Amino acid sequence: MSLRLTTPTALCALLLGLVGLTQIGILGQYEQTFLCTMGIYMILAASLNLVNGYMGEFSCGHAGFMAVGAYTASIVGVILFVGDPNFGPALLPMELAPLAFPVILAAGFASAAVVGLLVAIPSFKTRGDYLAVITLAAGYIVKSALENIEVVGGPRGFMGMKKVTLGIEETFAVPWMLIWIFIGVVLTVWLLRRFVYSTYGKGVMAIHQDEVAAEIMSVNTNHMKLVAFMLSSGLAGLAGGLYAYLIGFVNPASFTILRSTECLVMVYMGGMGSLTGSILAAGIFTIMLEFLKPLEQLKWVAIPMLLILLMQFRPEGIMGNRELSDVFPKLKRFYRFK
Amino acid sequence: MLETIIQQGINALQLGSYYSLIALGYCLVYGVLLLINFAHGDIFMVGAYIAFFCATAFLGKFGYIDPGMPGWIVLALTVPLTMLLTSGVGVFIERVAYRPLRLKGANRLYVVITALMMGIVLEYGNLAMLGASRKSFPTLVPRTIFEIGGATVTSLKLAAIVTSFLVFGLLQWIVTRTKLGMAMRAVSYDKFAVPLMGIPLDIIIVFTFFLGSSMAGLAGLLYAMNFPVLDPFMGALVGWKAFIAAVVGGIGDIRGAFIGGFLLAFLEVTVAATFSSELRDLISFTILLGILSWKPTGLFGKPRTTKI
Repeated sequence: MSLRLTTPTALCALLLGLVGLTQIGILGQYEQTFLCTMGIYMILAASLNLVNGYMGEFSCGHAGFMAVGAYTASIVGVILFVGDPNFGPALLPMELAPLAFPVILAAGFASAAVVGLLVAIPSFKTRGDYLAVITLAAGYIVKSALENIEVVGGPRGFMGMKKVTLGIEETFAVPWMLIWIFIGVVLTVWLLRRFVYSTYGKGVMAIHQDEVAAEIMSVNTNHMKLVAFMLSSGLAGLAGGLYAYLIGFVNPASFTILRSTECLVMVYMGGMGSLTGSILAAGIFTIMLEFLKPLEQLKWVAIPMLLILLMQFRPEGIMGNRELSDVFPKLKRFYRFK
Repeated sequence: MLETIIQQGINALQLGSYYSLIALGYCLVYGVLLLINFAHGDIFMVGAYIAFFCATAFLGKFGYIDPGMPGWIVLALTVPLTMLLTSGVGVFIERVAYRPLRLKGANRLYVVITALMMGIVLEYGNLAMLGASRKSFPTLVPRTIFEIGGATVTSLKLAAIVTSFLVFGLLQWIVTRTKLGMAMRAVSYDKFAVPLMGIPLDIIIVFTFFLGSSMAGLAGLLYAMNFPVLDPFMGALVGWKAFIAAVVGGIGDIRGAFIGGFLLAFLEVTVAATFSSELRDLISFTILLGILSWKPTGLFGKPRTTKI
């Protein structure tokens, strides 16, 4: 029994260790930002894996949902604690910000999940590559809509979130974003794993294997797709909210098709239907982005080339559809659910 | 009023002819391999650059050929050379990136991701090799301006529109009337039975990429002549839009891709003319999304039946 509590304990220790390292100054601002970016990519990759990996659809508008979450979280935060010429003065004192921060992130999650309906409802009838185009068009629609809403700055973007994080960090002198991104990653992986391996969520994999057969076997495919798309886009919205508060600035140009491509790459690099694969791929991808920076423009030649090579030698991605615990079965002793 | 409508109609036809030429390439490859060749928009960009280098070389900028060749001869030499070289690029990508994966029996989506990566390699490779400075395409033939019902149309615009219709006719003929086209349709129908019937699968696929990429090269040349500024990312947006157009028309059907390209162009021009150009993407993509929700397999696409 005590062995099975190892995972939560290890995660707590990891978080405490990270916070401790920042407090004694080993992890500077640069390393923190790097770890945070990695965490955001992990959330994005894992959430896209639900639709592209487990459900087997090809969604290529993930950046759009991220944008919705980022903008909603930013607007809610700024209205509540900072105040803006367009939205009036701050509604609440800054002291409440640490308590309200989860609410802000939840707003990002919820709004992105609602926008996920834009893709989920057409997916009832549309399949395969036609659905891919719907997701692509949805991404464009979101970006284009944000460019046209003057209240949030149009193409110039929206800012003011830095004041919230700075305000919080004045109250609590801890690396606030690092802690929340860590919680976000753990929550995402836990939620997705519990969802996909539950009796209820098995329908997602059934849809991947054969949609018609799944329907005959009494899987409510429309309902399943609705839930999967909304969960996936909601988690992308969570990542977006965290991203907005990490960078302190959002603009439509950060949520282009290139961002969606990055998400896709991480999912397929890690392997379709492997959460640990996505996490691993997101980590490797961020490290590659960071360490190949000296190459400048050639970076974007080198990374795709490496990935193409990876595809040639391992066409199922790093992990295939296996989890880390399938590769090392002894790990299963350390956590409770299958 | 009428003049404005005719003028915008001509603009839409011109824009639509580029979308259609690119969409045809998507459609051919998709029809045969069921592969979304996301690198296609960038092959269009490569085509424009190849056309640029061919034209400047023939005009004697690099010193190999004496300058002073008349513009129309340069054009007549550039067109086939561009198409040939661009199709070479397309076939090369198929050979090194897609075929090994296909032979290994990888999931279709991994090939799609490889195509996406190839597109990024082409964009940034170009940027790294040629630098960020934009190239301006030389004028080969003087622009003649015609008047139709009060609207003006240049000879280049007309050439783009006419070319796209000719190419559509040619492709339709190849696919429906020739033996090669029949083989292409057969591959699309059943990829496993086709080699058993003595049809060389790889040659058909190479031929498909050859056709599609040469159309992209032609579109690149025409685009560069009409909008004579080239940059490495010109293909990305046009390519994505053409892909969306191809799917809305019903991917896998040449008529669908052709009409989808013009449909998107007409929507964009109408929105830009009546509302504002900032709302162009928002409204036109919303309409396309509506069309796809209403007809889930596009305008011309037929639903495929699947056996369980």
